[in-house]
Amino acid sequence: MENQILQIIYLIASVTFIAGLKFLGNPATARKGNLMAAFGMVIAIFGTIFLYTTETGAHLHNLGFIFAALAVGTIVGWIVAKKVQMTAMPEMVSLFNGMGGACAMLISIIEFKHLAEVDLSTVAAGHLLTIVLGLIIGSVSFAGSIIAWGKLSGNVKDKSLGMQQLINIGLLLVILVLSGVMILGNTAFTVELFYAVFALSLIYGVLFVLPIGGADMPVVISLLNSFTGVAAACGGFLYDNKVMLVGGILVGSAGTLLTIVMCKAMNRSLVNVLIGNFGGGATGEAMGSANFDGTIKEVTASDAAILMKYAKKVIIVPGYGLAVAQAQHIVHDLELLLEAEGIDVKYAIHPVAGRMPGHMNVLLAESNVSYDKLIEMEEVNPEFATTDVVLVVGANDVVNPAAKTDPNSPIYGMPILDVENAANVIVNKRSMKAGYAGIENELFYKPKTSMLFGDAKKALTQLVSEIKALG
Amino acid sequence: MLTFITQHIEMFYLIILMIFVGIELIGHVPSVLHTPLMSGANAIHGVVIIGSIIVMGQAEHVASLILGFLAVVLGTLNVVGGFVVTDRMLEMFKKKK
Repeated sequence: MENQILQIIYLIASVTFIAGLKFLGNPATARKGNLMAAFGMVIAIFGTIFLYTTETGAHLHNLGFIFAALAVGTIVGWIVAKKVQMTAMPEMVSLFNGMGGACAMLISIIEFKHLAEVDLSTVAAGHLLTIVLGLIIGSVSFAGSIIAWGKLSGNVKDKSLGMQQLINIGLLLVILVLSGVMILGNTAFTVELFYAVFALSLIYGVLFVLPIGGADMPVVISLLNSFTGVAAACGGFLYDNKVMLVGGILVGSAGTLLTIVMCKAMNRSLVNVLIGNFGGGATGEAMGSANFDGTIKEVTASDAAILMKYAKKVIIVPGYGLAVAQAQHIVHDLELLLEAEGIDVKYAIHPVAGRMPGHMNVLLAESNVSYDKLIEMEEVNPEFATTDVVLVVGANDVVNPAAKTDPNSPIYGMPILDVENAANVIVNKRSMKAGYAGIENELFYKPKTSMLFGDAKKALTQLVSEIKALG
Repeated sequence: MLTFITQHIEMFYLIILMIFVGIELIGHVPSVLHTPLMSGANAIHGVVIIGSIIVMGQAEHVASLILGFLAVVLGTLNVVGGFVVTDRMLEMFKKKK
């Protein structure tokens, strides 16, 4: 009876996951979808705690420890998630993803330890395979996510041991062969092999993410996200638990597709992202010394103010610099001020501006910028030709013409915002430092471009007061 | 192996179906929502916590208990952190105009 109720609860939870994910795909219903899936998760968790029975009909014990662990995780997770800055969202998602991977990894280890204590030789190969798969995928996801988190928060630098791809492929082969021997070989070393696979999977996770450029981290996080989904599904298989299977596979498949969609937005293939060493040290230095014709022209805030005040149409191009400086509110003030002057103001949103797709939208929405002012790339590109002033705030690679003109550039082929078609381009940057891809930007040397150096928040605040001063 | 598959045939059907459902669900999502969507999906795979609860509820040795405790904590972090972060992102998509 109890088990039957639990199965119904799992069914309901599975429906909330599917419907929740569906609702998340529409701005109007997204929040509801998230709450719905959260509700499903809560009933599934408590249903399991109180109603789950083993094959012998025994209930779960250690309830005190379970609740203690739930309390610790809830309090820490809640506080961290509430406190994190909007700019640090991407790395936060990566970190939480790593936790899920680690959870799947630990489940496999405990299950294996349990089996090893009884008798490994009677265990079905399929059962062992599920455990090992959960272990490998969970460990790779855990180690990879932690590295991705470190990279985005600036603690881990891009690194490539020469012939990295060869090493990675070799390592993956070793892991697969060892797993095969362990599952089918029935040797005396099953336990040792298991822990060897565990250790190698962790190392593989690190080496897998380490050489991938920081600018590609969103794609990697999305990929690792779907990995964790598959690891969770392995757990579902292990316990014949349908809600784990549904949730896991759903995320695994949706996450994989999302990863591919993100790659497409950058006009690159997944393979290219994974083996491209995009933004790696070598390319960065070589390109850094490149010379362009023309000189850098600096502009003062007051000159920029005059330029903007007497424009008819202004397009603002936000980038990661805006997020770092927390300048989303002041940029909204600037927008309102210009609009009061009768100027047409829009935001041009590149799909990968910031560190994650949609990063800029989230950030600008926080400061109450209206939804219809945020124009996506395809739509806004033809408009630059009729624009008087483009204000680039902390964006670099997404407006780099090299993506169109220089086949040797690591970002060649990525669609960019055609800001150079506008009459004037004002670029706000902290310094002449290259962007995340580590390459120089010819745009800054063009005659119609002027540079407004400084922290985005400070520079824009100054700009706003200068425009006000003009009366 | 064949018996293993036929024993779990329902699960294999579910896997195939869910792969297609997942693809259908994400098919036509505006890029604006990619980040919250990724974050929401991230929270949903926190369902792995169910497995850690089952493991822990049957743990008998101190070592399993400690690892299980850790697994439940990490799983909870994934679930709670994931949903709360997603909600915070979506909170900002308030409807205006």
